[in-house]
Formats: sequence, C-alpha cells, structure tokens
Amino acid sequence: MTAAREYAMGEVVLSARDVAKSFGNIHALKGVNFDVHKGQVTTLFGENGAGKSTLMKILSGVMKPTSGEIILDGEPVTFASSTDARDRGVSIIHQELSLAPNLSVRDNIFMGREIKGRAGGIDYAEEERQTRLLMEELEEDIDPLTMVEDLRLGQQQIVEIARALSVNSRILIMDEPTSALSASEVEVLFSVIHDLKSRGVSIVYISHHLEEALQITDHAVVLRDGSMTARAPRSEIDLEWIVHNMVGEGFDLGSPPVGHTMGEAALSIENLCVPDKVNPERLLVDKVSIDVKAGEIVCIYGLMGAGRTELMECVAGRLQETSGTIRLNGREMNGLSIAGRIAEGLVLVPEDRQRDGLVQTMSVGQNLSLASIGAFTKGLFTSKKREGDIVTGSIRNVHIKTDGGEAPITSLSGGNQQKVVIGKMLATEPKAVLLDEPSRGIDIGAKAEVFRLLAEGAKRGLAVLFTTSEVGECLSIAHRIIVMRRGTIAAEFGPDTTKEAIMAASGESKAAA
Amino acid sequence: MSDIGASRKVAIPGLTDGRFDIARILLEGRAFFALIAIIIVFSILSPVYFSVNNFLIMSSHVAIFGLLAIGMLLVILTGGIDLSVGSVLALAGVVAGALMQGVAFESLGFTAYPPVWVVAILTCLVGAFVGLVNGVLIAFFKVPAFVATLGLLYVARGVALLMTNGLTYNNLGGREALGNTGFDWLGFNRLFGIPIGVIVLAVVAVIAMLILKRTAFGRWIYSTGGNARAAELSGVPVRGVTIAVYVLSGICSAIAGLVLSSQLTSAGPTAGQTYELTAIAAVVVGGAALSGGRGRVGGTLLGAFVIGFLADGLVIIGVSTYWQTVFTGAVIVLAVLLNSIQYRSGGRKPSGSGTPPSPQAKAKE
Repeated sequence: MTAAREYAMGEVVLSARDVAKSFGNIHALKGVNFDVHKGQVTTLFGENGAGKSTLMKILSGVMKPTSGEIILDGEPVTFASSTDARDRGVSIIHQELSLAPNLSVRDNIFMGREIKGRAGGIDYAEEERQTRLLMEELEEDIDPLTMVEDLRLGQQQIVEIARALSVNSRILIMDEPTSALSASEVEVLFSVIHDLKSRGVSIVYISHHLEEALQITDHAVVLRDGSMTARAPRSEIDLEWIVHNMVGEGFDLGSPPVGHTMGEAALSIENLCVPDKVNPERLLVDKVSIDVKAGEIVCIYGLMGAGRTELMECVAGRLQETSGTIRLNGREMNGLSIAGRIAEGLVLVPEDRQRDGLVQTMSVGQNLSLASIGAFTKGLFTSKKREGDIVTGSIRNVHIKTDGGEAPITSLSGGNQQKVVIGKMLATEPKAVLLDEPSRGIDIGAKAEVFRLLAEGAKRGLAVLFTTSEVGECLSIAHRIIVMRRGTIAAEFGPDTTKEAIMAASGESKAAA
Repeated sequence: MSDIGASRKVAIPGLTDGRFDIARILLEGRAFFALIAIIIVFSILSPVYFSVNNFLIMSSHVAIFGLLAIGMLLVILTGGIDLSVGSVLALAGVVAGALMQGVAFESLGFTAYPPVWVVAILTCLVGAFVGLVNGVLIAFFKVPAFVATLGLLYVARGVALLMTNGLTYNNLGGREALGNTGFDWLGFNRLFGIPIGVIVLAVVAVIAMLILKRTAFGRWIYSTGGNARAAELSGVPVRGVTIAVYVLSGICSAIAGLVLSSQLTSAGPTAGQTYELTAIAAVVVGGAALSGGRGRVGGTLLGAFVIGFLADGLVIIGVSTYWQTVFTGAVIVLAVLLNSIQYRSGGRKPSGSGTPPSPQAKAKE
C-alpha cells in the first residue's frame, strides 16, 4: 500500500522505512514509510491512537522501532537516545514543554551543555550573547535573563525552538505545538516556521487542528491504526481529503441500540462549572447541562482541552465544582464522595487506565472486585467464594480473555485491561456509567466489543455517557452526540449526523465556526 | 512506572523450564533460605547456637523488631514509611513506667495505681495517638510521610526525655498491696515454654495476616499502595486507609515498647534508637516493595528473624559490634538488590520515554 514514491520536490533528509513498533501484542505501527523533505513542512495527520506520537518518538530517538530502519541523509542510522538524535540534528519539541520554569531563558537553552569559562566555571556572558543572537534570529523580544515561568506559553515554545536551533537542528519535530497557544501566538509561531524553512530547516508537524495545519504544511501524511493510508503534497489535497483518509470507511462499531424503552433522565447535570486548578478564574467546564435517560447512550466529542475529562471527573466526584448540580434519579450527588457516588450507582471508567484504572500490583480478580468489596464482605471478613463468583461473573460478562482471576493484571492486552476496568465498575451494578475515552489505546476489535458491552448495558436500562476524540466513534452506538469546545457545549446532534458536521462544531475545522 | 509488569514472573507458574524454576524458588524464598543458611553457619561456628533455649532467647529479641516490622509493613504496603516507631517504642515504655509509679491527683490528694492491663491499654492509646498525628499530617495536610514521621521521631523522643528528665524507670514491678503487679509477665514469663513476647508477636502477626488477606480493609491497603488514584476512583477511602495504617503502626510500636521494657525491667527514654531502621530492613528483607502494594506478613516475620538471628549469632561467636553493623548493612543491601531483581519487569528494556507502553507479558488477544 505504501510504495515508496519519491516526490520531485525537495530532497529527503530523514525517512522511515517499513518502521513497525509493537508493545507486546499491540501493534502501534505496522510498517510505515515516511519522508521528511529539506526545508519543508511535513504534517502527520491521524486520530488519537493512529500511531503519530509513536512514529515521532522513533524518528527522534526516544523509542527504538521493533523493525524497519531510519535513514538520515541517505544513511541508515540507529539513534541510541534522544540526545544522540539531537546531536545528529534531529530535535523534538514535545507537547508538554521540557523547560525548567525556575531557570532563566539562557540557562534553559544551555542546560546540560553549558559553555565552559576560563576558570572552569560557566561563561555566562557568552551564553547570554548567543541567546540574544538566537532571539534576534527568531525575531522574538525575549530577554535571556527572564525566568521561563514568567513567559507566556507561546514564548516558552519559542525558547524550546531556540534551544533546538542552538544545537544546529536541521530537523525539528513539533508535536501539537499550537494546542495551548492563542491565535496571535499561533501566527508568531507560523512566521517562525516560515523563517526556519527558508534557512533549510525541515519540520515535522503534528496537529489536531486540521485547517491550521493546512496553512503551514507542504506535505501531508495520514496515519490510521498504525498504517499510512495516504500521502500527498499540499497542492493536491484539501480538508475533505484529510478527514476521509483519517477516519476511513471505518469498522462497524455498532449502531444505537433500539427496541427498549428509555426511562426518565437518570443522570442530570445542570449548569456545572469546574475551574482550572492553577488559575481558578478560568473555567474548564463552563455551565454545562446534560441529561442522560436510563437506557440512553450519549457521546461527548471534543478536542484536547475541551473539558471532557474535567466534566467526567467532576461528575464522578474527583474534581470539585464551583456551581451547578449533579443528580442521579433525582437525588443530588453534590458533596458525596467518590465512594458515596459509587454506592448510589454513579461510576466512572477513567481515561488513563494505567494511571487511574488499574492497580498494577494486583491480580485480574482483585482488580475486578476492587470497587465492590462490600458485596462480598460478611461481617468482618471477605468471602472467597462470593468474591470468586463476582470475578468469574465479570470475566464472563465483559468477555475478558485471561487465564483466570489469579493472573496478574499486567499479563492482559490493553483491550482486556480496559474490559477489566469497565467490568470492575459494572460489578457495582451502577445506574449511570461515565466512560472517559473508553476506546483509548485499544485495537479496533476490542473497541467494537467495548461498544457492544455499552449497548447491552443500555438495553438493560443503564444510562451511558462516554467521551471520545475519534469522530468515527460518535457515529456508532450513541443516541445523541454532544460536541464540547472550550468548556461549553458547542452543538448537539442525533445519530444521523456526519463526521464533517461534528468536526466543524468542535473547532477542528474553522468552516462552521 | 517501571515496576508495572512486575508480579508477572511470580504468578505465571509452569511457563519456564525446570532449571529456571529452581532459580525462581531460590529468589522468592530468599528470606527463608537465608534464615536456614544463617542457622546452619552459626551452628557450625558455635556449639551453643543450635539449642531450643537459645532459639527461644533469640526469638524474644526478634519479637521486638517483629512487632515494629509488622506495623511498618502495613505502612509500607500503602507506599508510606514510618520513621517514628523507635521513638514511639521508647515513649510507650516511659508512659508505662510513669503509670506504674502511680498517677498523683494532687487536688484530690491521692495517688491512683492503675492495674497492669489498664497501663497496657493506655500505653497503646498513646501509640495510636502518635500514629493518628502521623496519619492526619500525611493524608490531609499532604506532608510527605518521610518528613512527617521524621518530625514525630524527634517529638516522641523529646517528650519521652521530658517526662523522665532523661532518667530511666527501674521499678516496674509494682506492689502487691497496690494491686499493680505483673508487668514483668510480658517479658519474663513463658507459656508452654514459649516467651510471652514471642506469643504476642505471633498473635499480632495472625491478626495482621487476617486483616491483609481476609478483610476489605486489607484489600484497600494493597490497592492504596499499588495505585492510589485507581483505588480512590474505585471507591476506596484512601485517606482513611492511610490514617489507619499509621495508627496501627503506632499501636504495634507501643506493644513493642511494653514488651521491651518488661524484658529489661526498666523503661528508658533512649530505648529503641535506630529500631525504625531495623524494622524497615526486616520488611525489605521480607520481600516487600518500598514503593507499596507488595509484601506479606510471613515475609516480614522471616525478615525480622533473619536480622535478629544474624545479629545474635554474631554476638555469640564473638564478632565485634562494629563488624555486626557491617554485616547487617550488607544483608539489607543484598535484600533490596534481590527485591529489585524480583520486581523488575522481565524482558522489557527500560526506555527513556516518559510514556510507558502498556506492558504485555502474555497477551491473549
């Protein structure tokens, strides 16, 4: 599918040849070919989990590929580490900036490779001079002695770029550089990128903001499920082409369950506001109201930073709301602890299953029964038999492929681990279940199974509210699709809407914005 | 995050060939085999080491460390640490000593002599209170466990010194006429030939085992240490669990203080210095992970016996105390080294990446 077709335009400086990467049984990349052209911007498009970040990490030496090779200036290379890659001219600027906020701009730029002075100390004057020079080149008015924590995010990004340039990077990989920037900061960044191009620096760019990326890119490469689905120069493509290749025809993730009667609003969220922890003035969730009926499946779609996770965590009781009410079957949930809400029947399947979902030191069975210990405790002691019943019941109900409850949780594949987290919460016999990106990092087959489970739950009268950042998933089992954007509800659709309409409402493409 | 895939090697039996199994048995049972080795070596080196009586004497020494170590295990399982146990032990001894001298109610003009069982309970309450302070500081005020318990290490020791003005209570016997005799029972008497201190340790160990294996609270302890965020989202009262383990550790220290002062027939404010380190060492030698979530009572007991039997053996064969310190330290380092081998996630290479891939030992899909 990915025959190496060289473009006439631009010499290829860095390329990946049949690069594959597996984590155990999960194939994050399945033989990808990728070229970076000298002095041009190559943008990598793809949904979450398509393999973009993995590919970037391989190109920048953070990870090693399972198979395939990296070719730098026509020579196959193996990067020992990201430092090694940087020494050879390939730098990556991560989404989360890697600056030390307590140090000055100068100290950050020369961190780890300080210029030695005569007496064995650091030649601060020379470092400062070079920093000033870099800032002039980037046409940014940032004083080298400013503390990084005093800079705006956009300026911090410039400092990162300056640091990459200071080691003579010829290839700069930028992972979602605009996600935290304001519109004017984006413009500054783009002019810097134009400038870099004219100096022969090649750029690999990743962004979820498709239109923004189209403004700046010279080449587009689209990844889907670890494979490259398309590539073309800018002149041959448009937004539709990208969306089409990103989401593809798709795998059938099911359709909204029908034939059961929906009850009253089971979960009712009203005017909920959740503030930013760092800056309480800013609302991450801004007056959001959502009703989910018993038996209904509602999907929330939104970009990163749209406030989906914060909404979910607040409803589940982890984050404190500033105003608004949360009701379950008419009972107010505000003020209840997480445990209290679980007891009432309101449960959350968190977004990051390694960080928030699983206890890695425990077995599959202990993980499955963790949220329902009360159900198998008689008096002081737990009942092994009743716990066993719950565990085997869960393993059967959510179709976990495991050697049994005794197997360590880490022996399962990502999809089965996710089913354990879902099974754990379903074992508490909830009335409403919240799932934050339930399909994150699991393969398509497991995704379909997870969605089938949710559809089955809805048929039994469960209220289901799930989030996703993959537009294809909105159009599967959900009866209603709510699009969130910057903390507010931007639009609401029925199941018969289109991917394009959803993406437009989310701000991914500015056409309808 | 590097220990995610950890328990895998342990819990999938029968996947490896016979030779590797032996290595694994040796690795997993290392505390047990170390104890056997210590007993064999010292029995060869000294004619008096291998006798029932010597084992009982050594065991009553181990009882002190064992009691501290069990409390410490509960704390370490939640991912915390309790540095205050040695000081709490001394404070408990001093409180018991003071109570045995009688509590004077000056305004009423009489002195109360509480019976020994009341003294024991009050002493345990003191231990529980110190633990409560530790727990609240850690769970609610987010003070790092290391710092909070280090502070209480000083405070408890200081209070013990203040109470006695630095002196030692030597008269713990009580008087028949006052009805408060029997304090020496804990340290000197034997039941079926076994020192009471050892029996106390056994009872506490059984209770701890039941808590960890058979109660919801025990499961909460393991899940809090394994992944506190996930535990909280599953409805585990993580803060309550944290406070409870420090309270239990305080009570264990108080019991150890009672047993020790009874054994010594004196209660001094300088008792038990550096015992917290011995207790941590016993837990670690017993195979528990300092990062939390992994460890067993049985292992911790073995760890306490390894350290106790080694120390006493060195005394018996007449090795200088300086060398004893060196040996004990070496054993602890070796134990931690072996722990890290056991808990290392098999074939996965440590990568510099901040985002660990979901570890797939033996995926089934």
